[in-house]
Amino acid sequence: MNSVQSLIQPQVLAQLGFAGVVALTLTGALIAVFPRNILYNVLGLIICLTGVAGLFVYLGSPFIALMELLIYVGAICISIIFAIMLSRPLHLSLPKRHLPKVGLALGVGAAVFIMLSAIISRTEWQPAAMRSNDWSITTLGTYLLTRYDLVFEVISLVLLVAILGAIIISGYARRSTS
Amino acid sequence: MAAWQNLVNFLGPDLARIVVGLVGVLALVQVNALFLVWLERKVAAHIQLRIGPKEVGPFGILQTIVDGIKLVSKELITPRHVDRKLFMLAPIAVFLPVLVSFVVIPFSERLLIRDMNVGLLLIFAFSTFNVLAVLVGGWASNNKYSLLGAVRAVAQNVAYEIPLLLTVLSVVMWSNSLQMSEIVASQSKIWHVFWMPVAALIYLICATAETNRAPFDIPEAESELVAGFHTEYSGMRFALFFLAEYSNMLIVSAVATTLFFGGWKSLPGLGFLPVPGLIWFFAKTYVLIFVTIWVRWTFPRLRFDQLMNFCWKIMIPAALLHLIVYAGIIKLLR
Repeated sequence: MNSVQSLIQPQVLAQLGFAGVVALTLTGALIAVFPRNILYNVLGLIICLTGVAGLFVYLGSPFIALMELLIYVGAICISIIFAIMLSRPLHLSLPKRHLPKVGLALGVGAAVFIMLSAIISRTEWQPAAMRSNDWSITTLGTYLLTRYDLVFEVISLVLLVAILGAIIISGYARRSTS
Repeated sequence: MAAWQNLVNFLGPDLARIVVGLVGVLALVQVNALFLVWLERKVAAHIQLRIGPKEVGPFGILQTIVDGIKLVSKELITPRHVDRKLFMLAPIAVFLPVLVSFVVIPFSERLLIRDMNVGLLLIFAFSTFNVLAVLVGGWASNNKYSLLGAVRAVAQNVAYEIPLLLTVLSVVMWSNSLQMSEIVASQSKIWHVFWMPVAALIYLICATAETNRAPFDIPEAESELVAGFHTEYSGMRFALFFLAEYSNMLIVSAVATTLFFGGWKSLPGLGFLPVPGLIWFFAKTYVLIFVTIWVRWTFPRLRFDQLMNFCWKIMIPAALLHLIVYAGIIKLLR
């Protein structure tokens, strides 16, 4: 009885939840890379991103967590799946792994990892109590449209270019076939 | 009360809330599906000048319980060429968003599992898992009808999600909150449906499409695709897809009630009646569900290109225009 009660203390539960979320992220990442079935890879990516959303919950921003789900899982992964469904059938024999390609991928991954960890280690992280607590949606919106409006505009520009590219590709493809 | 106190003492208030909420939601989901299947068959029958189920129980109301027992006792057939892991995962995954969505729906003034300040977003964020499960199920079945059904389901859901979210955004701007209880509170005088009838209409149309119901039921168009994405499923796995569909109907109608029809508040001018908010809430929700059933048995199914054109050329521009116009109105009013 007491052992159960000690297990369901809020602190213990929070730590268990955190371990679960981290496990989810890592498992998802592994599934996203290793299996040779490309649909499994996407599903692994989805599991991984769901775990990342969980991490945002632990960082105290449920809004960003839900946005992560809505955009990365709901929009991006679904469009990746679309692309897979329209590409070559899965029952055909798989192409072999080319060693140079794997090496290149490893190199790029390592470079990104090193850069990110350099940035993370250089940043002076403040304990949660010392930061301002106001990370509401209103604050985020105000920041996006005042201090970070250039970033905001650049992101919109990238999306605009992507949309135009999609229209041109599909338009030309249709014109050349008909 | 003593039992409740014991539970709270043992689990702590938060965990007790979760456990009780989960049990309540599971019960609600089952009873709702049993009732809605019966209602659907009965309404369909009367629209087609038939009688419908009438043998088991008064007005055949116990018919779906018998059907349910049949489904539970059936063998779970796993065809040989399916992708086993994903085939078994899909019916379970289709149920996840259902359970999560009920967490934030305000059934009455105090009956609400968790009043999150991003509650509305939670429902829409998790509804993507529903699409995903359909896709995984259809793909894992290794059947051309299933795959076609799944592809259609995804194309349709992705397209109709855009106008749905845009109209919901107008409501959020109007009530200035993503919190479900505050959205209800902002309708204490006038319901949102009277302020923005177009948004309510767009929402209801898109919600019908999101739940894959006729006239938008091309993912499971029987005459072309056998049963679409769940062709290969049998027994309780099939029943889980079915349960999720009817629970999703309940969820979209409950969200519509919350967003546009005043939630658990009474009908305008009937506030003096001693009717609890819970009854008002469910009455409004089931009236909306009845309307969707009515629509299903009245309109023929759309063709796939008609469906897509309707969404991209009419619904999305209309929803965008609505959003811009209401942003202007809100700016003028405040």
